[in-house]
Amino acid sequence: MRLSSGSCLDAMEHIRMPKVENVRLIDRISSRKAALGTLYLTATHVIFVENMSETRKETWILHSQISSIEKQATTATGCPLLIRCKNFQIIQLIIPQERDCHDVYISLIRLARPVKYEELYCFSFNPKLDKEEREKGWKLVGLSEEYNRMGVPNNYWQISDVNRDYQVCDSYPTEVYVPKSATAHIIVGSSKFRSRRRFPALSYYCKDNNASICRSSQPLSGFSARCLEDEQMLQAIRKANPGSNFIYVVDTRPKLNAMANRAAGKGYENEDNYSNIKFQFIGIENIHVMRSSLQKMLEVCELKSPSMNDFLWGLESSGWLKHIKAIMDAGIFIAKAVAEEGISVLVHCSDGWDRTAQVCSVASLLLDPFYRTMKGFMVLIEKDWVSFGHKFNHRYGNLDGDPKEISPVIDQFIECVWQLMEQFPCAFEFNERFLIHIQHHIYSCQFGNFLCNTQKERRELKIQERTYSLWAHLWKNRADYMNPLYREDHSQTQGTLRPQTAPCNFLYKFWSGMYTRFEKGMHPRQSVTDYLMAVKEETQQLEEELEVLEQRLADLKKVQSNNRKENSKQQDQNTHLGLSASNNSIANTPQDYINNVKSFPSRSPSQGDEEDSALILTQDNLKSSDPDLSANSDQESGVEDLSCRSPSGGGCLPSEDSGKDSDEAVFLTV
Amino acid sequence: MEFAELIKTAKVENVQLSCPGLPPIKGTLCITSHHLLLSSQPGGNGEPGTVELWLLIRNVDAVEKSVQSLGWYQSSRTNSSHQDTRVASSLGTITLKCKDLKVLQLEIPGMEECLNIASSTEALSSVDSVMMMYPFFYRPQSMKLKDGWQLYPLQHYYQQIASETGAWRLSCVNGDFTICSSYPPAVIVPAAVDDNVLKKAARFRQGGRFPVLSYYHKKNGTVMLRSSQPLIGPNRKRCQEDELLLSAVLDGGERGFVIDTRSAQAAKQARMMGGGTEPKSSYPRWKRLHRPLERGRPLQESFIKLVEACNDTSLSVDRWLSKLESSKWLAHVKGALSTACLAAQCMEREEACVLVHGAEGTDTTLLVTALAQVILDPDCRTLAGFQGLLEREWIEAGHPFHFRYAHSAYSHARLKQEAPIFLLFLDCVWQLGRQFPFSLQFSERLLLMLFEHTYASCYGTFLCNSEKERCLCEVKEKTHSLWSWLNQPSEWKKHLNPLYTYNALVIWPSVEPQSLQLWQGLFLRWIRSSQYLDEAWAEVQRLVTSHEDAPEESAGHTRCHSQPDAAYPLTITGTANEG
Repeated sequence: MRLSSGSCLDAMEHIRMPKVENVRLIDRISSRKAALGTLYLTATHVIFVENMSETRKETWILHSQISSIEKQATTATGCPLLIRCKNFQIIQLIIPQERDCHDVYISLIRLARPVKYEELYCFSFNPKLDKEEREKGWKLVGLSEEYNRMGVPNNYWQISDVNRDYQVCDSYPTEVYVPKSATAHIIVGSSKFRSRRRFPALSYYCKDNNASICRSSQPLSGFSARCLEDEQMLQAIRKANPGSNFIYVVDTRPKLNAMANRAAGKGYENEDNYSNIKFQFIGIENIHVMRSSLQKMLEVCELKSPSMNDFLWGLESSGWLKHIKAIMDAGIFIAKAVAEEGISVLVHCSDGWDRTAQVCSVASLLLDPFYRTMKGFMVLIEKDWVSFGHKFNHRYGNLDGDPKEISPVIDQFIECVWQLMEQFPCAFEFNERFLIHIQHHIYSCQFGNFLCNTQKERRELKIQERTYSLWAHLWKNRADYMNPLYREDHSQTQGTLRPQTAPCNFLYKFWSGMYTRFEKGMHPRQSVTDYLMAVKEETQQLEEELEVLEQRLADLKKVQSNNRKENSKQQDQNTHLGLSASNNSIANTPQDYINNVKSFPSRSPSQGDEEDSALILTQDNLKSSDPDLSANSDQESGVEDLSCRSPSGGGCLPSEDSGKDSDEAVFLTV
Repeated sequence: MEFAELIKTAKVENVQLSCPGLPPIKGTLCITSHHLLLSSQPGGNGEPGTVELWLLIRNVDAVEKSVQSLGWYQSSRTNSSHQDTRVASSLGTITLKCKDLKVLQLEIPGMEECLNIASSTEALSSVDSVMMMYPFFYRPQSMKLKDGWQLYPLQHYYQQIASETGAWRLSCVNGDFTICSSYPPAVIVPAAVDDNVLKKAARFRQGGRFPVLSYYHKKNGTVMLRSSQPLIGPNRKRCQEDELLLSAVLDGGERGFVIDTRSAQAAKQARMMGGGTEPKSSYPRWKRLHRPLERGRPLQESFIKLVEACNDTSLSVDRWLSKLESSKWLAHVKGALSTACLAAQCMEREEACVLVHGAEGTDTTLLVTALAQVILDPDCRTLAGFQGLLEREWIEAGHPFHFRYAHSAYSHARLKQEAPIFLLFLDCVWQLGRQFPFSLQFSERLLLMLFEHTYASCYGTFLCNSEKERCLCEVKEKTHSLWSWLNQPSEWKKHLNPLYTYNALVIWPSVEPQSLQLWQGLFLRWIRSSQYLDEAWAEVQRLVTSHEDAPEESAGHTRCHSQPDAAYPLTITGTANEG
């Protein structure tokens, strides 16, 4: 076993049991089905390799994806271990020996909770790119270009160096955009009156009408405190939008929560003290409520064959969709203020790094078509989340920490985007898979983008020199993430998106593609996206060919040499380009409709490198791209034809379930 | 009865029509024996260009009127022009709630006119006599009567079976409808059983619906039968002929499954009323499975509740989900799909024959047998094949369309036999189409169209409760067939799924709650704007069409979507457009 870095050596110390044989991987949907195989613990992954000699199917789980490990009561068949992942995969293993199970359990507990950043996968992950390529990757998304694109600096907005070396606010970026009339004195003064010194700074500027979205944390107003500089700061924001008489101050918290903060010397702006503001509460709940809401929803997803009523009731009582709607409503309110009223908005919550990030980015996405492109979406996350100190490490539990800090804040934003995609199918350049893969990598720590809590920490760790950028990776594979319905000249890609507001409760749907993404059997068996993408590509290709042919024909006619032989040869080639969809069959298997016991084989979603049948546990051998993602071929297993259609369609593993178990006895025992 | 007696005011000027999502229109309202017309040109002599509303009165489910001197209740949309019209001392508003779930509002100046229009609409919409209905009066010039009525004769279906096996025969024992009034004249039965046995077996089944072949699974030769419940009764009666008939289906040591669409308890209780279910002792080779499916009143109530929830604009997300849950509609969808899958699984994977029945054998039974065929048989997933399936398994099989779809979800009338079983079937097919977007040759549009036509139609296809009634009313002689309209090339094209690719395999859907969705295209059709979704659909069509147009003879394609199945020759009857 070759190991490439010291941190891995450290990790190896925690592995009490590198390999356990005769482990069974339980199919969650059908308890009658289990795959026998060998379990490996490596420095970065848990790997299960099936014994079935032909396929040797592999299931890879990154340690950083593990959210909980549960050792269940030993039964006659062995000792069950339940692993829940942050990307909503659930793995159930049965290990024959209790002692082995305990060792695996103890090892995983430690491996899943690294204490140092250096233990994370991105420091050992090596996609074999040279230094130059890595640097290029990090430069793919640049924020100063983005602010330039928005049209700042300009007459009203300037870049301020007040936060150089993070002197004013250590969770802000060094480069912040502020109104021109806000002097360093005002900024510093205002920062002292704001939680964690997060003073109002520019998030989005609308070139067309000068309206802007600014963000900050709550003011330290308590019951009566005032701050002249803070009042001047808000004035400056209003003045930077010359046509307007006031600005909106949007507090994204429920009013009760904001009031409670006043007792702690924090709180919200008093309309009497600030001239020309309109203050507005938008009740988005706090991270603790959101964490438990997700928990409840996932419990519903984990139910074994729930009835329709169990499911709907559980979904409702989790409150999850209500929270999604609250975030979306806040974004819609702000986008409307900016686009329709031309009024600038200052958004804050408590610290201004969770709900504020959600709401600012939803509003930006609604306002500006650029953020609905693949590049633009990367920029948006970089701008509103990464640079403004969203605490990725705490929220997504990358390092072992306070479980109360964990909350699916960015998951909710990603879901808002999906909900919008469902309502505006032509408006986004990217598809659902793009969102799912971003969510995955926020937890995977395979790339350095989302490490740490602040820009300051990332610079200290020299992230850009030591790790790779996710954006470059996604960009390289952008063909997989394209929405075939997107067209630059389509009406939905122009201007502001205006989601239906009332009545709209039914517009918010359960996102099965995310939360039950590993339950293959639950999803549409044929992917329209992949098919249309293939169709689109082929049409393009044919049109190009046709053009070439026409050109050629014209040339031929010109010289009057009627070389038909040549021409028909070209035609032959043309016909070969037909979609290779000769195998249109869909090999899907029935669920067991008989009882609660189901015969639906859900195959393990994670695949190792298909080419390697034997597993060699070397660092180099770890698949560079997304071993844990159900990418492409695997995503559609059970539907044979799609691998031929998917533009990227890799080899598709034969599904093991083609009708072999038709003699299942359950039937006759009913 | 003369229609004229029901029309007290035939014409009103200055009527304002509003419906959600469209700007209000002012014009002249006319009421005829079958239609409400609103023409934006006053005194128009029926110029088609200006007709803004052409509503089949049969489509009206409920008429609500409010006559006030000052504004009526506030509509959900703000409407600035209301102010002007309210000056008149009496202004009546009629809300027409249609069977296709659309809601229209008419503001009519003059109290008397308003009341007259309302009462005429009410009276005309509830005419119960089949022969008075619009299909008997509808005479489009470009279509010929009698076309389209013989497109899918059972003989054709039988020939397909006969080419595979000699085990079945076509029996005309019910030629004059005396054995079973709800069966068609011809039925497919085991070849080994003669008509006398059938006659006796029929007496042992409710309504005479003895077991007949519903579907022959070519792949392995298994069959699906359907019937009504056996009349076991409290004294545990037996019928030798019925037992003979069923055992003639099974070869040697084969076993079959009886799927009873009632709970075991309900089936048992049915004995007290003279019904029951096949006891093991008398039918030893048939294994009974009970899958209770909702029917009748509870299903209608589920539909009503769901439509109520969809129309309630005041709900928050939370209340919406609980209302959706308490309507139980999706639970019924799940139940129907799972039961159909069970039947399909028995045939495909257990290689066993299946008999499906509930009580009468005209509702949930047909739901299960028809759905199972869509799942199993690729031929039923083509546009022509689907028509054939509806013809065989719903219309000829005696689903009581007239009773079931007299009223929809808004009606205040006392419900009698209404139940949206066929709508539930369409919803299940929609779910299949969602999970297998390439496997159905027809699009959602077809399903929506069928939904509308079951409740109100200018065609005779869904009239009456049985073939016997259709004969008595001369439906096939005096009305046009929906199929001959649909099979005109222009209409045919509109109802196709551009993504269709022939898929020979069984399509096993997921019936997990996470996989089933509310059919928004139907239930929210008139409530939410579908502009962006329609645009997306147009984009899909554009992509596929430009792909088809791009290559000259791109021979690699296996996408054979616009060719109707050869087994069902098309009769094309000119190019008529519907009124």
